Amino acid sequence: MNRFLLPLSIFVVVVGFLGIGLTLNPREIPSPLIGKAAPDFSQPQLYNQEQVFSPTDMKGKVWLLNFWASWCSGCKTEHPVLMELARSGEVPIYGMDYKDRREEALTWLQRWGNPYPIVGVDDAGRVGINYGVYGVPETYVIDKQGMIRYKQIGPLDTDTVAKKIIPLVKQLESQ
Amino acid sequence: MIWLAFIMVLASGPTWAGEARPLADDPVAEARLKHLAVELRCLVCQNQTLADSNAPLAEDLRREVREMIAKDMSDKEIIDFLVARYGDFVLYRPPLKATTSLLWVGPFVLLAIGATALVVSLRRRATKVTDVPVTDEEHRRVEQLLSEGGKRS
Repeated sequence: MNRFLLPLSIFVVVVGFLGIGLTLNPREIPSPLIGKAAPDFSQPQLYNQEQVFSPTDMKGKVWLLNFWASWCSGCKTEHPVLMELARSGEVPIYGMDYKDRREEALTWLQRWGNPYPIVGVDDAGRVGINYGVYGVPETYVIDKQGMIRYKQIGPLDTDTVAKKIIPLVKQLESQ
Repeated sequence: MIWLAFIMVLASGPTWAGEARPLADDPVAEARLKHLAVELRCLVCQNQTLADSNAPLAEDLRREVREMIAKDMSDKEIIDFLVARYGDFVLYRPPLKATTSLLWVGPFVLLAIGATALVVSLRRRATKVTDVPVTDEEHRRVEQLLSEGGKRS
């Protein structure tokens, strides 16, 4: 009995570690920017190219910043969720067209619908680097003070929107 | 001979194509970029360094690092810039912190456990072994077997 106790306990510990490992997603790297001011930028808009889009215009509002691109398949997956959220009017979603071609981005939005009041253009990916984007789509929840409160890596789904985004937005709105 | 030359040209062709194009004109800046890029992880293909990766993000980050080098920023400033955006994950050598202590100490703990287990089991085995004297009868039998074996070969 004693002979098997030690190997068994080691086995249980290893299984425990591996079990925890299975529930983690190595692609989701915690962002150091949460709780920090959203990096400033001033980017041309996709539709009105002469005008700029900047987070300073958004002070006093709770909003989402969604990095997307027409070449990104995850963005297509996420798109109906964004459309639904935009329709619900719970929170405005601003887009950042990440390393994309203008015509393709315009065609994409025309074809699938546009959930964004304003889309900024980040053709060189510099805004993306300042926000720590390493794969589109990525979505940031930014509060009234311009602070990043949440980062979604990868596509948003209805479950995440209902359980995380909307409650967080409501809480931030009431502050 | 012509064939040999032809084969050599064919064989070396792809290596020219795969070679990274020079990243900067300044060899000093280039050396610094190389030295930094092997310490930094590409976030898209996570087991490659920034130097190895051809992912678009890695290219952008190399461009960013090159620009910081051109601005004469120190290595520490450049690394802090990236850590502020991507977290410790961007470093190939994680810093020693409370959250990474298991990572740093873990292997030594395992080594200590292993060494203790080895010592304990060796001691236990030493106590179990008892000397058994060889009798004269057994001696004779061994000698006989050995001499028989010698004759056979």
